[in-house]
Amino acid sequence: MEAVWLIVQALVFPGLLFAAVGGLLTSWVDRKVTARLQMRVGPPWLQPFYDVIKLMIKETCVPAGSVKWLFLTAPLLGLSAAALASLILWRALLLPGQGFSGDLVVMLYLLTMPSLAVVLGAFASRNPLAALGGSREMKLMLAYELPFVLAVLVPVVRTPTFRLDELVAGPPAVAAPSGVLALLVALLCMQAKLTLVPFDAPEAETELAGGAYIEYSGPPLAVFKTTRAMMLFTLPVFLAAVFCGGMRFTAGPGGAAAALGKFLGLVVLSILLRNTAPRLRIDHALKFFWGPVTAVAALAVVLALAGW
Amino acid sequence: MSFAVNALTRSLWVFHLAGSACNNCDIEILDTLTPRYDLERFGIILVGSIRHADVLLLSGIFNKKAALRAKRLYDAAPKPVVVVAIGGCACSGHMFQNSYNWDGPINRLIPVDAYLPGCPPKPEAMIAALVKLVAKLKGK
Repeated sequence: MEAVWLIVQALVFPGLLFAAVGGLLTSWVDRKVTARLQMRVGPPWLQPFYDVIKLMIKETCVPAGSVKWLFLTAPLLGLSAAALASLILWRALLLPGQGFSGDLVVMLYLLTMPSLAVVLGAFASRNPLAALGGSREMKLMLAYELPFVLAVLVPVVRTPTFRLDELVAGPPAVAAPSGVLALLVALLCMQAKLTLVPFDAPEAETELAGGAYIEYSGPPLAVFKTTRAMMLFTLPVFLAAVFCGGMRFTAGPGGAAAALGKFLGLVVLSILLRNTAPRLRIDHALKFFWGPVTAVAALAVVLALAGW
Repeated sequence: MSFAVNALTRSLWVFHLAGSACNNCDIEILDTLTPRYDLERFGIILVGSIRHADVLLLSGIFNKKAALRAKRLYDAAPKPVVVVAIGGCACSGHMFQNSYNWDGPINRLIPVDAYLPGCPPKPEAMIAALVKLVAKLKGK
């Protein structure tokens, strides 16, 4: 019975369906705010749903010479990882005390899986532009993972626990100087994880014409788009939970409003950055993450260890 | 009108192929996509890959080399796909009809769903054509 209940949770709430609907709504917020910044009207709120439904009825093209099974299963790998990440995160937020020791580490692994799926799909498609996009995505992962893990270490050191629900219930990390630095680093890493400008070199629509996704069409592309949207929803929630003192939906309307405010604040910050920054070349992005960003993250960890 | 057609007409992703055009039609197409006309209101966006496209825009005369590429692009597009010929050249060959390298009307190779003459057509004309195209897709 317990297992059936868990499967329902993974598929409906707070797993796949919830994250997909929340993610598509968040991607509408992204498109609408971008449109308003460009003095446009922007798409209606159902637009991301129309896009996904339309892709679902299109033909699936498998390029000649590609690795067919990997080309078609890579999107599903990303989708299931994103759904599991959402499941673990929201269970920690809504049902404290039911997590397990080290679920934060599992979460960190699950959050890298969608990027890995993009790399696998790109390499399987036998397209030179997709291969270039996939290799850039891989370099970007190497670049941002180290500072991201260091940044997440700061609240872990301050609480100190590796359990997500205890971390969420602990004191907010941003109340200390080390937490502010860690949040800044994590925001930049989130931008790179979502491959948004200035770290969108893997997609680079002007020179790679969609990059890693170039050969995808129809339902597999819809799955990739949904996975991206789910990450756009899950990552800000993760940052709000770990760095900004959690999201207390159970603490009455005030708590829910504060949680929504934190989430929308982080999303809009990311959208503003994406609309005002130019694209970094991949070697510049690598130097940026391994140089100043890692240094700031290391400084934050040292400050946290010193009790600040 | 089916559910599928409804979703398709609300989310038309456009791939633009300039087949040896003089670029005037291409500039007008880009004008139509600027914030002034804001086609994203209707779910229309420009995509970089034919695999993502629902609409194939053709502009310019298709000469003997470009026509083959256009046919290959049409074959690579996931169906259902709508083909629109933009500008006098793509519709009829226009002033290049007697040119030695013109391959003949493009609809000999690709089924064209809408013709939009003009040299170049204005953005308003493109939006009017779009409305007619959506009405045609819905079977009205």
